[in-house]
Amino acid sequence: MQTAAQPQVAPVAAPSVSPSPDSGGRLGIGVRHLSAWYGPHQALRDITLDIPDRQVTAIIGPSGCGKSTLIRCLNRMHEVTPGARTQGQVLLEGHDVFAPSVDPVALRRLVGMVFQRPNPFPTMSVFDNVVAGLRLVAQRNRNLDELAERSLRRAALWDEVRDKLRSAGTALSGGQQQRLCIARALAVDPKVLLMDEPCSALDPIATLRIEELIRVLREEIPIVIVTHNMQQAARVSDRTAFMLAGEERVGELIEVGDTAEMFTNPSDKRTEDYITGRFG
Amino acid sequence: MRCFGYPFKQAYPEQDQMESTASPERTPSPTPNLNALLRTGRWRWGDTVFRVVVSGTAASIVLGVILLVITMFEAGLAALIAFGPSFVWSTVWNPVSQVFGVLPAVYGTIATSALALVLAVPVGIGAAIFLAELAPRWLSNPISFLIEMLAAIPSVIIGFWGLFVVVPLVRQVEAPLGRVLGVIPMFSGPAYGIGLLAAGVVLAIMILPILTAVARDVLRAVPTSQREAMLALGATRWETIARAVVPYARSGIVGATILALGRALGETLAVSMVIGNTFQVSPSLFAPATTLASLIATQFREADTALYLSALIAAGFVLFVITMLVNVVARILVWKLTVQSVEV
Repeated sequence: MQTAAQPQVAPVAAPSVSPSPDSGGRLGIGVRHLSAWYGPHQALRDITLDIPDRQVTAIIGPSGCGKSTLIRCLNRMHEVTPGARTQGQVLLEGHDVFAPSVDPVALRRLVGMVFQRPNPFPTMSVFDNVVAGLRLVAQRNRNLDELAERSLRRAALWDEVRDKLRSAGTALSGGQQQRLCIARALAVDPKVLLMDEPCSALDPIATLRIEELIRVLREEIPIVIVTHNMQQAARVSDRTAFMLAGEERVGELIEVGDTAEMFTNPSDKRTEDYITGRFG
Repeated sequence: MRCFGYPFKQAYPEQDQMESTASPERTPSPTPNLNALLRTGRWRWGDTVFRVVVSGTAASIVLGVILLVITMFEAGLAALIAFGPSFVWSTVWNPVSQVFGVLPAVYGTIATSALALVLAVPVGIGAAIFLAELAPRWLSNPISFLIEMLAAIPSVIIGFWGLFVVVPLVRQVEAPLGRVLGVIPMFSGPAYGIGLLAAGVVLAIMILPILTAVARDVLRAVPTSQREAMLALGATRWETIARAVVPYARSGIVGATILALGRALGETLAVSMVIGNTFQVSPSLFAPATTLASLIATQFREADTALYLSALIAAGFVLFVITMLVNVVARILVWKLTVQSVEV
């Protein structure tokens, strides 16, 4: 199905760009020589990574290795932090998202994001939460009820909340809240869905439901999921990227490849050490 | 008492029996000096003394408030009995004929405070949003400091400044305002300068610091996750503030407003210097008026009869009741807003 993981030439060198993996040949997001800084501190160094369309790409690695920074660069949320900057390219279907003509606000509509902790808007009802993104764009002749139902169905939440659309979004359980946030992100019809440790605040049952959901959504859009949980990466992802921060705490991409390959036969010693639980 | 097989857990039953049986060797412990370790006693009385002292301080506050209310009520009772409900409804305050009613002062108190809120809330919340959301730290901190400095200026100085700067300014504004909008009772009458409007402006300046500071802190306390949630949906800075940050902070902002209102209701000296201390109920903002606090402060030394003094204290009691009602309403409001937005 997919190209095998790229053999490492030198330990510090970034992996070469893998030839477009098989997913109808299309590339969701291409990361090219991306570096990122928080003020003077460099958080990412020269990341090059392909995120194929309609596949799940998992990013794993120990805490502080820059996983979240990487994913936050993809929708330019990174630059919201004061003093943060980037270098390199992130290509969304071939368009550089850092190009001067690109409006980050418009980009974020196309690249949806789900966060570590469920963060529904507490002053809004379930319904208002789902359509919060839609309300940002004035548009005539649209049926919010229909769009909300569609998004909630896509997030596998509709049956649980159809009678509670007017109650507070925060009245739902943690897992439901996270699916509500997924529905909210899906409502604006993003081209890519980014998930930053979406299950780390959830119990195993709720986690399972989110994972099921990821497998369904994968048929429609590319998904990038940052996770601490290697079993989760193994369960849900098609491709896995392993990141590690070296001595200077600068995150680097160690290895990326087919998930099955990564977990059974990693090409880098450090990946193997991490996966087998020898550190991290 | 066996928990996870930790040896020291086994020693717990012994601790209970230590005083009576004193047989620590009953269960051989891997730690030889465990008994001594368990006994290592710091001065346990510290807890008790601390608890007594802090409960005492708390109780003294409660006691102080209760005593204050009781004595105030008691001292004002003579006037309240003599005039009954008309003390609150009557517009006559005549020390010569010994007839006292405080309606104009109640009206003045509420009108000036409401005016101050109308003027100060938009400015204060706007400034708070700027400080919390938009201004970089190097700008936000000095501005915050200046605003807090404003709160430290004694009210007599603000009153002086009000008299010499705000009053002439208000007079200049009142004249054209009266010419254009004079048909509306609110803007009718001669432009004295001194009056409700000047008092409202001075009060607004006085409550701005607390309003801004509390609202700023409330806005800063909004979790980043809320801002990011809105930003990630493709919201602009402004939309993020208007749709995520401010709604999240609304109960706190209401709280800040109420805190400011409480200050405005009770402010005495500065208001007294610019309001004109005229005992009348006029619909015009330009008209001189008085407030309960100002009434008490200006007439206290002239109170030559027991009834007069009692009436002034009763006026203080009325002010207390108004402030308390405002606080209760505020609590209910804040509570309702918080219940609607429970953080899970």
